[in-house]
Amino acid sequence: MRKKIKLRRMPFILLVFFLLLWVVGVTLNEPSRVLEQAKTICLSCIGIG
Amino acid sequence: MERARKWVQGVWLVLANGYWAFPWTKTIYKGPMKVICSPGLNCYSCPAATVFCPMGALQQLLLNVRSSIAFGQYYFGAFVLGSIGMMGAVFGRFICGWACPFGFFQELLHKLPSRKFPIPNLLRWLKYFILLFLVILFPLIVVNDVGMGSPWFCKYVCPAGTFQAGIPMLLLQPELRAAVGWLFINKLIIAISFTVWSVFSSRPFCRTACPLGAFYALFAHWQLIRLQLNKENCTNCGACHKVCPVDVKFNETPASCECVNCMRCMTEACAFDAISVEVAGFPVFGPDVGKTRSPLISGVLGRIRRRKPADMNPNP
Repeated sequence: MRKKIKLRRMPFILLVFFLLLWVVGVTLNEPSRVLEQAKTICLSCIGIG
Repeated sequence: MERARKWVQGVWLVLANGYWAFPWTKTIYKGPMKVICSPGLNCYSCPAATVFCPMGALQQLLLNVRSSIAFGQYYFGAFVLGSIGMMGAVFGRFICGWACPFGFFQELLHKLPSRKFPIPNLLRWLKYFILLFLVILFPLIVVNDVGMGSPWFCKYVCPAGTFQAGIPMLLLQPELRAAVGWLFINKLIIAISFTVWSVFSSRPFCRTACPLGAFYALFAHWQLIRLQLNKENCTNCGACHKVCPVDVKFNETPASCECVNCMRCMTEACAFDAISVEVAGFPVFGPDVGKTRSPLISGVLGRIRRRKPADMNPNP
């Protein structure tokens, strides 16, 4: 016998929320700051210095 | 399935660390791909890293938040949180089990023959403490004279950073060796401790100290793709307990925050078809596939069945 199941909505709500947060970050030009950081070696961050 | 998972983990390890020119350039990759977020814990100061580490980037943005606001830039980590939040909402801790290079490293170490020990349940709370305090609050609140914080987790704890960045950079750039002090010794001791612990216990860092794992664990109840328990089929035989690498009792807590979704319980243990993979409520992999009907599908099927045979004639 086939079971009837219900669509879970919460994952989609969370997905939209974090997508909006991501868009806010992009709008604020955060990716360029992240890229700038990722291209630099932070010595104290890796335990040197 | 376990072999496929190992391959997937290997592919992610190579994708996240695909810059193999570092022995000649003697430095890290500085290309545009570094704007892509690594799903797992992978230090972006690793010479081979091609993507950024979300935990490292988040701390850097938070520790600089005062100076960025002073310059009229509002960098509070929305891009990084959005990136890992979307991955968490879809996959949750599937990422830990399938795409984290440091998790893969620990799993390989655990294959070394030795006596195996469980990890006390209480220690699992430590990773949430690390996420809240060392990754978010301390970089944000504990600041120096010029209003700048420190990346506490990277600086004092992260063993992935020690192995992937600290040691390789000391080998590539000998002039850095003069700067090695107690900070590096401290991190080296932590990294070696987790390495040795990984031989005797399964995934100790993931279970006790990983802030990224703690973040993804918050999605355990709501992630889009997850493992599902079919209680009608479950006999509570306990076979799933025996194969679980993180000591989850799946039949008792099917949405456990500790589950890394390796699927061994489903593919290797359960003989009663009680575990399946579902997407937003719909089984897509495992014994329940084809046994369920969604309101949408049943509505469409119902309409098709109600149509008269004449309506179904392909050549009117």
